[in-house]
Amino acid sequence: MASTAQSENKTDTNGRVMTAPTGFALVWYRIKESLTTPRPYLMLLGILMWLFLYWLLCEGLRLDRFDKIPGPIAVAKEWFSPTPFQGISLFTEDYYNNIYVSCRRILIAFGLATGIGVPLGLFMGWSKKFKDYTFPILEILRPIPILAWVPLAILMFPGFEAPVIFLATLASLFVTTLNTMLGVQSIDESYFRAAGCLGSSNWDIFKNVVVPGALPYVFTGLQISIGVAWFSLVAAEMVSGDHGLGYLIVDSYMNNVTVPMVIGMITLGFVGWFTSVLVRIVGNWLMQWHVKALAQQGR
Amino acid sequence: MANVAHSETSTPVVRRRSAVQKMLENPSMWRGIVAIILFMVFWEVGARFDEWFGKEWTLPFVGLIPPPTDVFAAWLEIIPKAGYWDSWIQSFKRVLTGFGVAMILGIPFGLALAVNKYFRDIFFPPFEILRPIPPLAWVPASLIFWPTNEMSIAFVTFLGAFFTIVINVLGGARTIDVRYLRSAQSMGASQWDLFSKIIFPGTLPSIFTGAAVGMGITWEVVLAAEMISGGGTQGGGGLGFFIWNSYMGGSLTQVVVGMISIGIAGYISSSAIRWLGDVMMPWRRLF
Amino acid sequence: MNMTTPNATMKQNSAPIVSPGNGSPMGGALSIKNLTKIYDPEGVNVCAVDDCSMEIAAGEVCMIVGPSGCGKTTLLNAIAGFHSITSGEIRLDGDLLCGPGKPKAEQGADRMVVFQNGALFPWKTLAENVAYGPIVQKRMSKSEANDKAEHMLAEAGIGEFCSKYPGEVSSGMARRAEIVRALINEPKVLLLDEPYRAMDALTKSIMHESLLETYDRTKVTIFFITHDLEEAIFLGDKVHIVTTRPCSLKKTVDVNIPRPRTYESLSSEEFRTLMEEVNEAVHEEAVKAFQAGERELA
Repeated sequence: MASTAQSENKTDTNGRVMTAPTGFALVWYRIKESLTTPRPYLMLLGILMWLFLYWLLCEGLRLDRFDKIPGPIAVAKEWFSPTPFQGISLFTEDYYNNIYVSCRRILIAFGLATGIGVPLGLFMGWSKKFKDYTFPILEILRPIPILAWVPLAILMFPGFEAPVIFLATLASLFVTTLNTMLGVQSIDESYFRAAGCLGSSNWDIFKNVVVPGALPYVFTGLQISIGVAWFSLVAAEMVSGDHGLGYLIVDSYMNNVTVPMVIGMITLGFVGWFTSVLVRIVGNWLMQWHVKALAQQGR
Repeated sequence: MANVAHSETSTPVVRRRSAVQKMLENPSMWRGIVAIILFMVFWEVGARFDEWFGKEWTLPFVGLIPPPTDVFAAWLEIIPKAGYWDSWIQSFKRVLTGFGVAMILGIPFGLALAVNKYFRDIFFPPFEILRPIPPLAWVPASLIFWPTNEMSIAFVTFLGAFFTIVINVLGGARTIDVRYLRSAQSMGASQWDLFSKIIFPGTLPSIFTGAAVGMGITWEVVLAAEMISGGGTQGGGGLGFFIWNSYMGGSLTQVVVGMISIGIAGYISSSAIRWLGDVMMPWRRLF
Repeated sequence: MNMTTPNATMKQNSAPIVSPGNGSPMGGALSIKNLTKIYDPEGVNVCAVDDCSMEIAAGEVCMIVGPSGCGKTTLLNAIAGFHSITSGEIRLDGDLLCGPGKPKAEQGADRMVVFQNGALFPWKTLAENVAYGPIVQKRMSKSEANDKAEHMLAEAGIGEFCSKYPGEVSSGMARRAEIVRALINEPKVLLLDEPYRAMDALTKSIMHESLLETYDRTKVTIFFITHDLEEAIFLGDKVHIVTTRPCSLKKTVDVNIPRPRTYESLSSEEFRTLMEEVNEAVHEEAVKAFQAGERELA
């Protein structure tokens, strides 16, 4: 029998050995293939149509009310201008400073929430007793919107930074904990039984069944959790903040400069999307077994 | 079997227990009650520590917030007042408006995305570009655009729920088992039958999941919008304004009362959605 | 088809090869006496097993046949120690597993289970799965266990898939690896719970061959639950037919087809007679179970 590495090779009509593409070659191959379908062109058309509509309403026709919103050309001009009229562009230090401040807050908040939430969720899913004692408290606190915590956060934590981070942490903590708990509960009973049969101690079961079994749910949870963290961070920065993208948006509004506001929104969308992709990449890297099994099912 | 007489493994006594008995015998419930009582005691003692032992004994975090008994007293005081209930009504109105519009527009849009490939290819990318922008980032823009505060709050609320609902409807409709569609087709179903009898009911569970999540986001957004835009200036406050106002007025007990009230309001809303889901999807009650 | 040993023809005419009691040098005789199990989840008593007794000799292949959802799995779970029993007792080589004063047996590596839907850890490769038992029991070092695992997988004909994850290989491969994972622990009894249920007939026949080969090599006691009658007679020394819920022993059929068995034995006169005998007993129970229409127990 050929080894698995060899069996993936095929010979083409001329008898040359074709190696199955991997890595960048695979990505490139997929891009080339997809260009033969109408899909990428339709997607481009959709984005262009939407941009055109945006331009038409705000800059082309200058309809009432729409004229107050800066159009795509105005935003692009300002964004790429080395000397922006309204203070924020790709060439100003302020722009990057705001991004840096927001990202640092997210990093701290998300790190704290993951560091506390994942172990908490694992134990809640694993031990019924532990869950019985902790889950009701979580369920009482969870329906309270994060923004309702703002006054208490300002009161309990000194300075500007700590309350903002507290709010973002709290929001993603709930999501991470609950998803991790669900993840442990979703593990098939027979894995626990098999581990028991094979002579595992409790610690072995925790290490080899509970943690890896819950991982797919944990990472689904982390993806949601980072979105929620951004949501709360922006809200907190808008209400009580000092620097950061949320602050940039609300500050521009207060000072009647609308272009930085839109730049802030788009940047926020991009950075938020990027962090969630990052979480997904880490997840896939940690769960090779999961990715490979899904690939076998054609997903 | 008579000779294996032992308390644990002997012939079982057939007992039938009532629902109440079963609930009382359930250790989970008792543990939950114990946990909540301990939580309250911890909060009360922590918050009153400085009162009992002097200012230098103020505990971090918990020592800075009002104790539950004070909160409860403030709540009792405020319950008969019309203004408090007015806040409830204001917030509920905003939530229902934004949420309702999001459902009415989001469900057809999500289904259309799922059913038609070309529609999806054209409209999904711009949707995906806008989706990662947190709803609250839209607040200033919508304050500029819409003529009244009320309309901008409604718009942001709508956005918050819209994205969630569309994504859930799309995901749900696309995971419907192809076999259902094929078997319906083989029984002679028309396109409309397929849509109304298979795709729509098949998507219902996801619609309700999306609605439950969307409802949570809606409350977050309404509260935030009320706090940011100072909803009190035009036609009354809402619970978010109630909290902000109490904070500005220095009444921390009222802030906590507001927090609890909004928690209850959110809980009522999501329970209503769950109940509606059970009524509309009788086949799901089995699970 | 004649895949095992050259002396197969020699043994063809001799008496049953595996006589109860002298099969396995490691022991593994199971004795179930008056076992009763009543589930009481919602205050409604469901009697899954009622006063069931059977004796399984060491090194015997014992097949349990009955309608689906009748409580066969409950029997297996009681032996494996997954849940408690209500009354009766189970002994392994004379030692009490569970019984009066000890409602739940301890889980242990002397009784290895192969599960209905497969329970290879999807997050470990086949080799890591097989090596897991000896490592956590601290019987072997990591490298020793890995070497042994690779060796045993190769012996089972799946050596080249050592570093694949269970999600990447066919269900047949995965099931074979699961049996290897059980055998590396040198169990006294192998408990199989409808392991080939979801497989097509062709894959099944290959799995049967490999199980028989494994059995001939190890002579481990096998407790095998199935509702495939052909499988039961082809593999078993004894076929225990159990009644529909509550489960109890209805009839025991001795299978005297000599070992090693090949697919030729499927067409023998003896096989057909046994088929008829078993079929008659099971069909009656299946009808009863169908008419009761109860949802299967998990």
